[in-house]
Amino acid sequence: MSDCIQLAHGGGGTLMQQLINQELRALYADPTQVLHDAARLELPPGPLAFSTDGYVVQPLEFPGGDIGSLAVIGTANDLAMAGARPLHLSVALLLEEGLPLALLRRLVASMAAAARACELTIVTGDTKVVERGKADGIFITTSGIGAVQAPTPIHPTAIRPGDQLLLSGDLGRHGVAILAARHGLALVPPVLSDCAPLWPQVRALLEAGVRIHCLRDLTRGGLASALHELAEAAVVELAIEEARLPVLEPVARTCELLGFDPLHLANEGRFVVVVPPQARDQTQTLLAASGGAWIGSVRPASKGARVLLTTSFGTERLLLPLSGELLPRIC
Amino acid sequence: MSAALQSQINGRVAELAAQLAATASRPWTLMEVCGGQTHAILRWGLDQLLPPGLRLIHGPGCPVCVTSAERIDAALELAVRPEVILCSYGDMLRVPGGAAGHDLLGARAAGGDVRLLTSPLQAIALAQACPERQVVFLAVGFETTAPATALLLRQARALGLTNLTVLLAHVRVAPAMAALLQEPGNQVQGFLAAGHVGAVMGTAELGQLVRRHRVPVVVTGFEPVDVMAALLRLVQLLEAGTPALANAYGRVVRQQGNGAAQALLKEVFAVVDQPWRGLGPIAGGGYELVAAYRDFDALLRFDLPPAAAAPPPEPLASPCISGLILQGRALPPDCPAFGSACTPERPLGAPMVSSEGACAAYHRYRRPAP
Repeated sequence: MSDCIQLAHGGGGTLMQQLINQELRALYADPTQVLHDAARLELPPGPLAFSTDGYVVQPLEFPGGDIGSLAVIGTANDLAMAGARPLHLSVALLLEEGLPLALLRRLVASMAAAARACELTIVTGDTKVVERGKADGIFITTSGIGAVQAPTPIHPTAIRPGDQLLLSGDLGRHGVAILAARHGLALVPPVLSDCAPLWPQVRALLEAGVRIHCLRDLTRGGLASALHELAEAAVVELAIEEARLPVLEPVARTCELLGFDPLHLANEGRFVVVVPPQARDQTQTLLAASGGAWIGSVRPASKGARVLLTTSFGTERLLLPLSGELLPRIC
Repeated sequence: MSAALQSQINGRVAELAAQLAATASRPWTLMEVCGGQTHAILRWGLDQLLPPGLRLIHGPGCPVCVTSAERIDAALELAVRPEVILCSYGDMLRVPGGAAGHDLLGARAAGGDVRLLTSPLQAIALAQACPERQVVFLAVGFETTAPATALLLRQARALGLTNLTVLLAHVRVAPAMAALLQEPGNQVQGFLAAGHVGAVMGTAELGQLVRRHRVPVVVTGFEPVDVMAALLRLVQLLEAGTPALANAYGRVVRQQGNGAAQALLKEVFAVVDQPWRGLGPIAGGGYELVAAYRDFDALLRFDLPPAAAAPPPEPLASPCISGLILQGRALPPDCPAFGSACTPERPLGAPMVSSEGACAAYHRYRRPAP
C-alpha cells in the first residue's frame, strides 16, 4: 500500500477493501461490522436522542486533540446535552487524495480511543476519496444515538426566571489551542484543548437527582454565543458575574495579546447547566471537582432577551455573541 | 488572575473613582486617543464610575479605521491578481474600501490569495517559499507596528528578495492629536495618550504638543487601573491649570522610548503628509519609504497611482458619520446607521470593523435591546 491516500482508495476496488480492512477496522468494536452495509442495533427501552455533526477543523492535529477525537467526542457531547447516554456512532470519512496514511492511522486510533473514553461503539461508516484540492485533508461526519436518562425534557423552553446558571469548567482552552496552532504561536507551555466527554458529568448530576432544566455545550462562539442562544430561545435575561468565570492565566494572557475575549473562544469539553434555585448548591458541589462554578441567574426578559454581564467593578455591559470571523487584532 | 489580586484591583479602581469625584470641581471633556483604551473603558464599564461632569470622547487611535479607503482599494485591486499574495493583519481584512461591502475577505472569497499575518516577518518566509509569486504586505498601524514593517524591509533588502513589496499605510499619532486641537470647535481639554506608541517613540513629541497647544497629556496603558489613574492625573492637571505632560505608564514607557525601533524607522521611512480616513490630510501624519527602500514600494512595483493629497470624500449617499466619530464630534449611537444599516457583519464605516473601533466597541458592549 502506498503511503498516501489515492483516488482508488475510494474506488470500490481492491485498494478500498485494503483501506477498510487494514486501516479502518480499528474503529469498530466488532470488526465484523465492516463486512455489512448497515448495523443492527439492540436499543434500550425509552426515549432516544439522535444527533449529527460535520467536522472540518484545521489543523487536523492540535495540542490536546485532533479532528478524529473531536468528531467522536463532539457528537457524543451533543447527545449528553439532551441528557442521553451516548450509545452508537456512525462515521463518514471524506479523504483528500494525498492524505498521508500515517496521519490517517493516527486519526483512526484517536477516534477508537475517543469512542472507548465515551463508552460508545462505532457501528457503521463510509469512506469517500475526493481529488486533491477538493477537500482539506479530511472531513468527518458523525451521527450518534443515545439513550435519554433524564426524567424530564432538557430544553431551553424549560428555563424559568429564578433558575441558576452553572458552568462545568474553565473557558477558552480549545479556542486558544486551535488559534495558536493555526497562527504559528509557540505558546510555552502549550495550551491544550479541553476536548473531553461530557456525559460523565451529566450522568453524575442526573444520578444525584438534580432536576436539569437545560444543558448547552460551549462550542464555536464560546460561552457568549451559548448563553445568547439560550436567552433568545427561552426569552429571558441571563445575568452573569464576570468574576465568577473560570479562565486560566495562559488563556487570559493569550486573549489579551491577540485581542480576543475568552467568552467568545470555542470549547469542546465544557457546558452550561440551568437548574432550579434549590438545586444550585448541589450542582455546584458536583461540578467543583472539574473546576466548575456558579456564574449567574435567570431573570424575566423585562428589557428583551439578552445577556447582561456584571464586571468585577460592579459596572454592567451587554455580552453579545461573536460577530463574523475571529481575527487577531493589529496592536 | 488570583482572587486576591482581583480584589486588590477592585479596591484600587473604587479608590481612584472616589478620588476623581472628589477632585473634579467642574465639567471636563477628555479624549482617550487610542482605540484600545476606548475598548477597555466600554469593556469594563469604567465610564459608569466617573463623576457626572466628566465626559470622555473617543479618539481616532484605531489604525484600521484611519487607513485611507484609497489604499484599501489598491490592496483589493492587487489581491485579485493571480501572481499576488496579499497579506495583512487580521482586522484589516474586513475593512471596506471606497465602496461599502468591498473588503479583503470578499476578495479572498472571489479567489484572491489573501493571507493573515501575526508578524510582518512571516512575509519573508512566504516570499521565499513562493518565488514565482509576488508577496505584498499591506502595512498598517501606528508607530507600534511601523518598526516591525521597517525590520521586514531591512531583512528583505539584506536577503535580496525581489518578490516582496509593501503597500504602506502607517500613520503617526502625535500630528493627528495636534490636528484635532486646531479644528474649529474643538472640545478636547486633555488627552489620554496611547501607551504602546509611547513605548516606541518616548514622550518628546507629546511634550512638544503640550508646550505648543497648552493642553495636558497623560500617557497610559489599557488596564482598568491604568485608565482610571491617568484620568485622575489628567483632572488634577486641569483643575490646577497646569498644561503638563505626565507618564502614568512608567512600567512600560520611558522618556526616550525604544532607541532601536526609532533607528529602524529612521533608516526605512521618511515623514510625509498623509490623508487619514475620516480626518482628511494630516501634516506629518504618515510615512513614505526612503530612496534606498523604494524598490519595495508596491505602488511603484505594480504601477498604481500614488496617494492623493486629499482623499475623495465618503459618498454622500452613505448615512455613515464615521468622520465625525473619528474626530470625537459624535458618539456611535448618534449615527442613524448604527446597529441597523451598519453592523460588524456589514460595516459601512471602518470604526465598526476593527477591534479598536469606537462603533464596534459600542455595538459590542452597549447595543440597546432590539
